[in-house]
Amino acid sequence: MSKTSVKGQDFFVRLRQHGYNFFTGVPCSLLEGLYPTLESQREVPYVSAVREDDAVAQAAGAYLAGARPVVLMQNSGLGNSLNAIISLNQIYKMPFLLLITWRGFEGKDAPEHLVMGEALPGILESIHMPYDVLDPQRLDAQLAATVKDMEAGRPTALIVKKGVIA
Amino acid sequence: MKRETAIAAAVKALPADIPVIACNGHISRSLYSIEDRPGSFYMIGSMGLSPSIALGITLAKPQQKVAVFDGDGNVLMNMGGLASVAARRPKHFFHFCFDNGQHASTGGQKTISGKVALEKVAEAAGYVWTGRAGSEGEIGPLVAEMLRQEGPAFLLIKVETGGLPEGTARVDLTPEQMTERMRAVLSKS
Repeated sequence: MSKTSVKGQDFFVRLRQHGYNFFTGVPCSLLEGLYPTLESQREVPYVSAVREDDAVAQAAGAYLAGARPVVLMQNSGLGNSLNAIISLNQIYKMPFLLLITWRGFEGKDAPEHLVMGEALPGILESIHMPYDVLDPQRLDAQLAATVKDMEAGRPTALIVKKGVIA
Repeated sequence: MKRETAIAAAVKALPADIPVIACNGHISRSLYSIEDRPGSFYMIGSMGLSPSIALGITLAKPQQKVAVFDGDGNVLMNMGGLASVAARRPKHFFHFCFDNGQHASTGGQKTISGKVALEKVAEAAGYVWTGRAGSEGEIGPLVAEMLRQEGPAFLLIKVETGGLPEGTARVDLTPEQMTERMRAVLSKS
C-alpha cells in the first residue's frame, strides 16, 4: 500500500475486518478499483441498486436483519437519496457506512459536478452526518471510528477523492 | 371495497410470523389500527422505499419471508424498486399494493394508477406471479396462491378512494422502537 492510495482488494479486506458484510450502491468511476473485488467475491452480498435511495433503503433492511451495511455512491447520488437518509436511516437509527466519492473537488471536474463538489461537506454537516475524508494512512483508525458510529445507530460517511482507491 | 376492508382481509390471510413493511401514509395507520404485530414496520417517510427495505432484509437473510404493504403512489414513486426486487428474486417476497388511485393522506389528489396497471409493471419487471383483486372474497384465495410462490409475487388490490375512518389511531411507536422490535423479530426467525 502506498501512502496516498489503497488497493480496492485491500480496502475490501479492511472493511470486512471491521465487520462490514453487506454492500449496495450505484457505481462511480472514483470507486472503480473496488468493484472487481465486490463483483467477484461470494462471501457477502453486493447489490447493484437502481438509484441511491433504493440502496440506502436496502441497507436499512439489511440492518434490520442484523447486517452491517455499506452504501457506495457518487456525490451526485446524495441528492437522490437525501430524503431517505434523513427520514429513514437517521430517524429510525438504521446506520450504514456511506462511501461517497468527491466529484467536483476543488472545482476541477465536468460542469455537472461543480456545485455538488463544493456543497458536499456542507450538506453532510447540515444533516449532522459524521464524515471524514478517506486517508489510506489512517485507514484502520477511520474504519474503527465508523464502527463506533454504527454502534451508536448513526449513518456515517467516508468521502473518497480521486485516485485514493486504486 | 374500502381500503380498511382490504387491509384486514390481507392481514387475516397472512401468517402472523411474516413481517410486514408498510408504506407511509394511510396504509401504515390503517394496518396499525387493524392489527399491530411485533413484525409490523411502519415507514413514516422515505416514500416509495418499502420494497427496497424488504429486499434488504431478504438479501441479508435469504430464507426470510417478508411482505410489503404498498400503495399506488408509493409504487409509482419507486418503480425502479420493482426492478431491483425482481432482479434479485427473493424467494419469499409478498408485495401487496392497495390501489385507491389517489394520494389520500395529502387530500385525495389523483395518481396516475388508473392509467398504469401496476401489477403489469411488476410482471414486466420479472415478478414470478402477479394478480389483481377487486372484491373482498377474492383476497383470501389469491393470497393463498401468492404464498405458494417461490419468487417475488405482487398482488394489486383495487380499493375505493377516501380518508381514514373516524377514530383511526396514529402509530404511537417511535421510529427507534420500530427498528428495535423488528431487529428482535428477525434475530429469532
